[in-house]
Amino acid sequence: MAVVLVLLVALPLATTIACTAVSHRVAAALTALTGIATFVSTVAVVPSALGHTQTALRYLRADALSVVFVLGTCFLYAATAIYAIGYLDAEARVVRDQSVEQQMVFARHSRRFYLGLNAFAWSMICAPLVNGLALLWIAVEITTVVSALLVALDDTEGATEAAWKYVLIASSGLGIALLATIFMYYAGSQVLGQSYDLAFDPLMHKAAHLPQTPVRLAFVLAVVGYGTKVGLFPVHTWLPDAHAEAPTPVSALLSGSLLAVSFYAILRYYQISVVALGPRFPQTVLLVFGVASLLLAALYLLEQHDIKRLLAYSSVEHMGILAIGVSFGAPLALSGVLLHVLAHAAAKGNAFMGAGVLVRKFGTKELRAMADGIRLLPWSGPLFLIAVLALSAMPPFGLFRSEFQIVAGGLAHARNAATAVLVCLVTLAFLGLTIATTRILFRPRPDAVEPDDAAPAGEPSRWMVAPVVAGVLVLLILGLLPPADLVDLLNHAAADLAVGAP
Amino acid sequence: MLLAATYSAPTVFDGIANTVALIVLLLEFGMLRAALLRAQVRLYAGQSLAVSVLAAVVAFGRHVPELYALAALSLLLKVVVVPLLIIGLLREANEEIAGSGTLGVTQEVLISIGVGAFGFFAVGVLGIHSEVLPTAALSLSVAVVLVAFILMIVRRDVVSQAIGFFSLENGVSVASLVVAAGMPLILEVAFLFDLLVAVVVFGVLMRTHHRRSQSLSTENLDRLRG
Repeated sequence: MAVVLVLLVALPLATTIACTAVSHRVAAALTALTGIATFVSTVAVVPSALGHTQTALRYLRADALSVVFVLGTCFLYAATAIYAIGYLDAEARVVRDQSVEQQMVFARHSRRFYLGLNAFAWSMICAPLVNGLALLWIAVEITTVVSALLVALDDTEGATEAAWKYVLIASSGLGIALLATIFMYYAGSQVLGQSYDLAFDPLMHKAAHLPQTPVRLAFVLAVVGYGTKVGLFPVHTWLPDAHAEAPTPVSALLSGSLLAVSFYAILRYYQISVVALGPRFPQTVLLVFGVASLLLAALYLLEQHDIKRLLAYSSVEHMGILAIGVSFGAPLALSGVLLHVLAHAAAKGNAFMGAGVLVRKFGTKELRAMADGIRLLPWSGPLFLIAVLALSAMPPFGLFRSEFQIVAGGLAHARNAATAVLVCLVTLAFLGLTIATTRILFRPRPDAVEPDDAAPAGEPSRWMVAPVVAGVLVLLILGLLPPADLVDLLNHAAADLAVGAP
Repeated sequence: MLLAATYSAPTVFDGIANTVALIVLLLEFGMLRAALLRAQVRLYAGQSLAVSVLAAVVAFGRHVPELYALAALSLLLKVVVVPLLIIGLLREANEEIAGSGTLGVTQEVLISIGVGAFGFFAVGVLGIHSEVLPTAALSLSVAVVLVAFILMIVRRDVVSQAIGFFSLENGVSVASLVVAAGMPLILEVAFLFDLLVAVVVFGVLMRTHHRRSQSLSTENLDRLRG
């Protein structure tokens, strides 16, 4: 199994390097194949990750928790890689009849896009698979710089602004996370000796003997620092800008995977802190940040003008749910949280990919200008509706099961008030999301639009529909009959996290 | 007896270390109030030099030979490469004067003194003691980080904001010398390499920003809201 770990890290890197040299079409095919290959190999790792921790080459390590996050990332990697074929195909068709210069510009754009996409996916696959808090920080920092370049890729004024805000705010956040790393190093050095490499296993073995104050400090700094990248209130401000201005496949990866991977970093600190400090302190910190993020997102969802910002705030909402779910501390809620990570990756990926089709069709991101989508887009319209219903945790989709588990876990552990707040705010968010979606899909087209402007019904590209259909299937499988191995995996990871909690 | 133990005079090593850490903080204040971008970059180079010197001092005084390598690397990267990259950008941009802060210099410095003092004393009471460097150096490093945040918040041009981030990283480096001096060299090198990647990306984005808006100011970066 160690071979698969190395493969998972090496394959996207190889593809990244290959993308510097090959043509647009080859790069597209190569990226899609790599995405699918990494997803298949992660699925193959699942049974072996159940019982014991895998390590490879000293610096790679996979246990149940990390495999959950790699699974989500690889699924989205595959989905967005396929989607990107259709996404760039339209632009390729436009430039085909134009001057050589235009074609050169497109070729450079495409090369940068695939280079960035693969490097981004590679860094996000690495982050959960590296062994140790220091390496984890390095991997997360690499995700930041690569994705900042991807956000700036479209080279519009908005993209430049969003990229600058993103790189500055996220890097500063990671500066705080680096402080967290060295304070955790200090805590560990009191037990493990002056020189050690922050690997997970020794730290967790000795977690009960770590000095309290540095661990407490490290945990709060980690929640604020990595929380910047998760999108927790009040350090979420880069998130809607970057999600709205990035190319759509990148938005999907940002929202579905990047936020989750940063949350993984917080979970690692949680795992150590909960043993060292007892459950009360870490859980309270996460509860406060979670409720604040959820509240902010639910309010912003009610009043949005931009479809991609709408979905970005929905991401803030879901990250808030994750934080609240972890703060409940019940194994049931924790396995719900991990299922939520997977289901959110599929649902948010779908929603962004659907939004990308809508933006293509209407030529704008403004919600006001979108209407009658259900007739104009025979596939993407209903699929977007399904994605939004899934995001709102409607049965029978995966998010229903995961949020149900979180709520049930909260009630079982007598976190009644927090659970009630959670349900109320999620309902509020549901209201905001569905109002906007109803307007896009079912409102008749306003007369103000000239008749020749009204685009004919039809999908821009089949490649932009296929991954969304796959996402719906995944959501249904997660909601109705999750495979036994997957349930075992989630329960194992949740049990690892619940050590030390009541 | 107890009193004598508590108030013993600091050793030469402690004195030197604290002085260098204090220089790092003072240079941070210098950056905060520097009006010319070039001056700011030079102050950053000076601060990085101080951090490298501190690493060498620890390497010498506490016999951690690995830190010599770290000091040399950080000297090369933070005193030479990063400032050269930014100076190159400034030469292209042909802009000298830093974007005026949202606040006057006096207010900036007063707020920074307050925030820095808060960081200094807040860390002081935590009781984190290191065998390598005196605790005051840790408090100073946290003050540097907080003042760097103020610098990023009040300045309105991309170069100052980037320098603010790089100097924040200098503050974290000092903190890591105090509490994590034994960290394996490979991790330290990886951190530095990461910083280099970040610097390159910051450079690319600064250039993109300058190409689009024909200025280094961030004043027009206010379209995305809500």
